Amino acid sequence: MIELKNICFTAEVDGERKEILKDINLTLDDKLIAFTGPNGGGKSTLAKIIMGIITPTSGKIYFNGEDITDLSIDERARKGIAFAFQQPVKFKGITVSDLINIASGKKLKVTDICAYLSEVGLCAREYVNREINSSLSGGELKRIELAITMARNSTFTIFDEPEAGIDLWSFKSLITVFERLVNKSNGTLLIISHQERILNIADRIVIIANGQIKTDGKKEDVLPEILSSSACQVLTSKTEVAQ
Amino acid sequence: MSFSEIQKNLLKQVADIESIPTGAYNIRTDGKLHSRNVSANIDIVSKKDKDGIDIIIKPFTKNERVDIPVILTKSGLKDLVYNDFYIGEGADVIIVAGCGICNTGKDASEHVGIHSFHVGKNAKIKYIEKHYGEGDGNGEKILNPTTEIEISEGGYMEMETAQIKGVDSSVRKTIAKLDKDATLIIKESIMTHGTQFADTDFYVDLYGENSSAHVISRSIAKDNSRQRFISLVDGNNKCSGHTECDAIIMNNGIVTAEPKINANHIEASLIHEATIGKIAGEQLTKLMTLGLTEKEAEEQIVNGFLK
Repeated sequence: MIELKNICFTAEVDGERKEILKDINLTLDDKLIAFTGPNGGGKSTLAKIIMGIITPTSGKIYFNGEDITDLSIDERARKGIAFAFQQPVKFKGITVSDLINIASGKKLKVTDICAYLSEVGLCAREYVNREINSSLSGGELKRIELAITMARNSTFTIFDEPEAGIDLWSFKSLITVFERLVNKSNGTLLIISHQERILNIADRIVIIANGQIKTDGKKEDVLPEILSSSACQVLTSKTEVAQ
Repeated sequence: MSFSEIQKNLLKQVADIESIPTGAYNIRTDGKLHSRNVSANIDIVSKKDKDGIDIIIKPFTKNERVDIPVILTKSGLKDLVYNDFYIGEGADVIIVAGCGICNTGKDASEHVGIHSFHVGKNAKIKYIEKHYGEGDGNGEKILNPTTEIEISEGGYMEMETAQIKGVDSSVRKTIAKLDKDATLIIKESIMTHGTQFADTDFYVDLYGENSSAHVISRSIAKDNSRQRFISLVDGNNKCSGHTECDAIIMNNGIVTAEPKINANHIEASLIHEATIGKIAGEQLTKLMTLGLTEKEAEEQIVNGFLK
């Protein structure tokens, strides 16, 4: 369970001080929570604050009751927080199996590595020894990122826009991946998404806009509100996913 | 025929061997021949006019390996050796060289290896060369290898050259000439630390029609070390050439890269690239989200980069 208390984050944008997050208070302990809201609203910043990638200007973060505000990224990772990046990081000379082994904290058998890759729809044998570099397409990198994150077996896992850059076919299987993850996991999955189909499998939806929580509630209550709001630019159009 | 523990470790570092190899080999320790073995297809003969050996590989020799490591453990020794390789037509072999220096004294130890390769028609060789230094004395460990390569029509050579660690100063020169349909691939990896200096200088003459060369260098300069990478690929016929230097700088490390190409023929197709920078912050962050400390993440990135 993550508790965010009075989280504020201010940054310099185009020479001006801007409040990116304004006094956020949240308790995150559901099985699948979706953060959604317009671009630039503060969703990713808040997720990065939970992982320790960004330090808040003020406020406290608790993980299972322990104050983790001053812990580094790796200390939080070892306590059980994981993060799948929106834009997966590329390396030189580091392979898919290297990162899956690091993620799992032990040297896995090839069959175990393949199982993670198959889970995200990759033909495992072709990828085990591939370097995580520019020779992989955006979609391949995204799926590998998911496999690596799954290998962490964390109790609080954050996925930052997992659908971004994924084609329509992969998107359909992505939903299945998350549904399976929810069934297997005994922790919390936090997904930042603009996609109706992802929001639809969430237990709880939090809309973040202008650095504040605009709406927070059960999927059954929040999703109809989003869908009926024509002015709200929360969701990406369906055609955009297919591109 | 035995080795001391220091010698064993040096052999392990530079040639990945811990005892006398099987097959053909020539082991040189402290400026002298330690042991040698030849095979039915690979002959090794001492030079008469100067220090060094001729390695003669019969045409169409397949799946054989020859090891020619050099190890130095005497402080103050300057070892100069000439090794000539004659690889017969259609042969397909692996040659493992390399030099390890353990200097626990105050005087500089130096090895200068001058290697020349004559790669026969349609022959294929993989040449692996590792350089390594150790020892807690103040004496410098100096390695200055020169490699001259001639590849005949249809020949192929892959050269992996690595300066692993502990070498205080190195000046590495490589000159290659490629005939028709010949291919050369050079992969260099260098790590310098402390106040070390490493200089590499490649020259490739693509004079044969449809010849091709890739010269790829990956290096890491840590602490106050300095590196200089110079390469020139001359496209003198219908050919393809690529030269690339990719370097990571850490602390106060300095790297100079000059990958040059000359197109002297209308159908020469040449590419050069150079990238120098510190470790990307996002790479460290990603590995830290997987539970590695910053130091462990840095080591992982460095090891992967030089792999």
